[in-house]
Amino acid sequence: MSTNGTNGAVKLTRKDFQTDQEVRWCPGCGDYSILAQVQKVMPELGLSKENIVFISGIGCSSRFPYYMNTYGFHTIHGRAPAIATGVKTANPDLQVWVVTGDGDALSIGGNHFIHALRRNVDLKIVLFNNRIYGLTKGQYSPTSEQGKINKSAPMGTIDYPINPLSLAFAAEATFVGRSMDVDPKHLATMVERLAHHKGSGILEVYQNCNIFNDGAFKGFNERDVKDDRMLYLEHGKPLLFGKNKTQGIRLRGASPEIVTIGENGVTVDDVFVHDENAAEPSLSYILGRMQYPEFPVPMGVFRSVTRPTYEEMLAGQIASAVAKKGPGDLAKLLHSGETWEIS
Amino acid sequence: MSATTLEDLSTSTQLEELESVTIRFAGDSGDGMQVTGGQFTSTSAIIGNDISTLPDFPAEIRAPAGSLPGVSGYQLNFSSRDIRTPGDEPQVLVAMNPAALKVNIKDLEPGGILVVNTDEFTDNNLKKAGYAANPLEDGSLSGFRVFKVAITSLTLKALEGASLPFKLQERCKNFYALGLMYWLYDRPMEPTLKWIEDKFSNKPEVAEANRLVLKAGFNYADTTEIFTTHYRVGKAKIKPGKYRNITGNEATAIGFIAAAQLTGRPLFYGSYPITPASDVLHELSKHKNFGVKTFQAEDEIAAIGAAIGASFAGHIGLTGTSGPGVALKSEAIGLAVMTELPLVILDVQRGGPSTGLPTKTEQADLLQAMFGRNSECPVGIVAPATPGECFQMAIEAVRLATKYMAPVFFLSDGYLANGSEPWEIPALESLPEMKVTFRTETEGFLPYLRDEKTLARPWAIPGTPGLEHRIGGIEKQHLTGNVNYEPENHHFMVKLRAEKIQRMAQDIPELEVFGPAEGKVLVLGWGSTYGSITTAVEQLQEQGHSVASAHLRYLNPFPKNLGEVLKRYEKVIIPELNLGQLCMLIRAQFLVDAVSFGQVKGKPFKVSELVKKIKEYL
Repeated sequence: MSTNGTNGAVKLTRKDFQTDQEVRWCPGCGDYSILAQVQKVMPELGLSKENIVFISGIGCSSRFPYYMNTYGFHTIHGRAPAIATGVKTANPDLQVWVVTGDGDALSIGGNHFIHALRRNVDLKIVLFNNRIYGLTKGQYSPTSEQGKINKSAPMGTIDYPINPLSLAFAAEATFVGRSMDVDPKHLATMVERLAHHKGSGILEVYQNCNIFNDGAFKGFNERDVKDDRMLYLEHGKPLLFGKNKTQGIRLRGASPEIVTIGENGVTVDDVFVHDENAAEPSLSYILGRMQYPEFPVPMGVFRSVTRPTYEEMLAGQIASAVAKKGPGDLAKLLHSGETWEIS
Repeated sequence: MSATTLEDLSTSTQLEELESVTIRFAGDSGDGMQVTGGQFTSTSAIIGNDISTLPDFPAEIRAPAGSLPGVSGYQLNFSSRDIRTPGDEPQVLVAMNPAALKVNIKDLEPGGILVVNTDEFTDNNLKKAGYAANPLEDGSLSGFRVFKVAITSLTLKALEGASLPFKLQERCKNFYALGLMYWLYDRPMEPTLKWIEDKFSNKPEVAEANRLVLKAGFNYADTTEIFTTHYRVGKAKIKPGKYRNITGNEATAIGFIAAAQLTGRPLFYGSYPITPASDVLHELSKHKNFGVKTFQAEDEIAAIGAAIGASFAGHIGLTGTSGPGVALKSEAIGLAVMTELPLVILDVQRGGPSTGLPTKTEQADLLQAMFGRNSECPVGIVAPATPGECFQMAIEAVRLATKYMAPVFFLSDGYLANGSEPWEIPALESLPEMKVTFRTETEGFLPYLRDEKTLARPWAIPGTPGLEHRIGGIEKQHLTGNVNYEPENHHFMVKLRAEKIQRMAQDIPELEVFGPAEGKVLVLGWGSTYGSITTAVEQLQEQGHSVASAHLRYLNPFPKNLGEVLKRYEKVIIPELNLGQLCMLIRAQFLVDAVSFGQVKGKPFKVSELVKKIKEYL
């Protein structure tokens, strides 16, 4: 793979990743922030533009590839992980990103989402979760909270929502992270972590749809409350939150509980220490299910483990087939099996 | 069966010379009838007969033993002349149990040879097959030459003292039946003995048992004088060359491997298991040393999605399925049409609608291939006529898809897929030149710039510096490929995509006519009906009728001369294993008063059915 920024090549900038296409998201949409952070991180990765592919499905977020000056493919609803699997398998040298939304990935494309993760195809999946269907103008999505009043549920949604991260753990994703549009710095860090992960990675981004679901996350991510209502995960560190980091998460059996350091004899040693590299995802799964208002909402890397990727193993099988049988010989193939001569 | 009697000096039995024989092996689906038929076929091909086969098996893997739904059959026609069909009615039926007899006896020709395994005609099995009385005893089979052989017990006897468990010993009985038939039709045992050795190289005791039983069956027929006559079918006059026996699915798989090699790009096959297409997945997955990447997807949509992705990245994208799978892939086919990527969709058609008849043949997906998508969504369509021709048409599908940057359907069917014939192995030099080139020049690059002759857009794959671009399912602006919603542009692009497919006609051979260049009746066909149609027309021509046939291998676009050919005959008859789909297209496009002869029974046409129908117009 050719790279940039080394060997005297010209270093790319954020501008190099912008296209001449007018960005058509609604003013104030959280998607702008995600686009900006991705464009900011790209030059840092040391890859040439031609070796990067952005693939999306359908929905507001899926317009994303048109705004990235790399190779791009705006596909059909829910199928981006399948198409991306084909691209990555055909050419493992490419860095392949999938941009999707809560409807695209979890509803119509649920099956492909699960199986791309399960196979550990090296795909960088960014899931824009705004808990609503935006492009079709305001119907509830599979992540909409129960009771939400919206276009297609005027009496309130009766569906129970799905938790994208629970699904990702169940599907054996090797990288699971979460960030949000309103924290660009954290978002950039998470995008970078995802970019460097080898294997199937999913980054859920809480993204505000200011037209159809404005303020979906403000209960916990607004400036004046976020210290108490969110928790930034750090590998190897105890799960502490609050302005002065005086509150923590303790595990009681398989159930998390909030404790205050210094109260009832609780010390920092009682607080659960996060291990993103844990072989078993069970504890990360527990964290992924913590929700406001019962708990602070965790942000950061829940899980980051490595195992051989699908495309590596397939290339390995091809290499060993060649080693064993020699490179394919068409004449030999045509003449295989029982043959006879008619004269 | 016309026959010349010869004296065979070695035994007291007679040896008769026959031109053609049609045999059907029938038994329980666990009885190994497909193996038995397959072995008889290979041996017959090797000794120089022309052959054509029709395997017929149930959708259930193991329906209850002895039941009617569990009957599996394998029919083959072997001949000393050029044949194109597996034969209408068998002249010989081997029935391994009462259910097999019940299901198949109605097809056996009057006076035909019936070999039955008497051991299986127990009260219980008779009851399962719905026989009130034992047909071997009630005189109901008096119109046939019945040979009663205790195949199961003779098999066990042959294996006396063998270490094999009883269950496995019993399972050798199909080789006993094969041995009987080898003697009856004067076939050598060597090819099968060799096959047994290869097949069971890891299980020497099973190999030894099968060898013993095959020979025991052969010797039993030779020594007991149960058959007073045995038969010889001489070598066919086959075009000189090197041959192998091949099924349609095998020919399809190696055809796509060859096609990819000819383009110089790796083959990517995305598929989800489905009858009767799965064998293509199995076959392709064995050839990874050709750089073939097989991807067993989570569903039909992912299978085509991945193939489209692979094509975008510069592989030969292929997805394979049957009719129900095509229905699921429709939206993605539209994406490939819109993004103008090369893609081949293999549809091994089966009886439908819905789940339909998974293991039976039908040709009723033509209009689905042609129109089964939202909006104006044209694709190329090719269809092989014989099992062996699947090889050549696979290459054609890839050639057209890559040259015109468009999806192309390959319409096979259950009969082609599982049927087999001797296939003359082509010389590599005879295969078309079709190396693909990717766009690398950045100067003047536009993603939807077009080749003047083919209207193909450039194939610019990720990884190519300076050609970064975005494609997608939204309407494209002419040349730039940018998202565009303007009315005039959309109208222009819809017409352009249609025109591009039509231009494939400049790259496909003209339609050939079999028989007189003009006359009373033209029988027009496509796909697997070739053998039956040609045989029927040949018979009618020999009787002096003014009738010709023509067979379409290219269904969209049609060959350039099709309209002109149709006008040279007073009547056009179109037999199809559907209710008139090609006929509808022909009538719509050429305004000829073509007549449809449609039949959907899950089986190929019988020659006699076609002869009767065509005669109505002569």
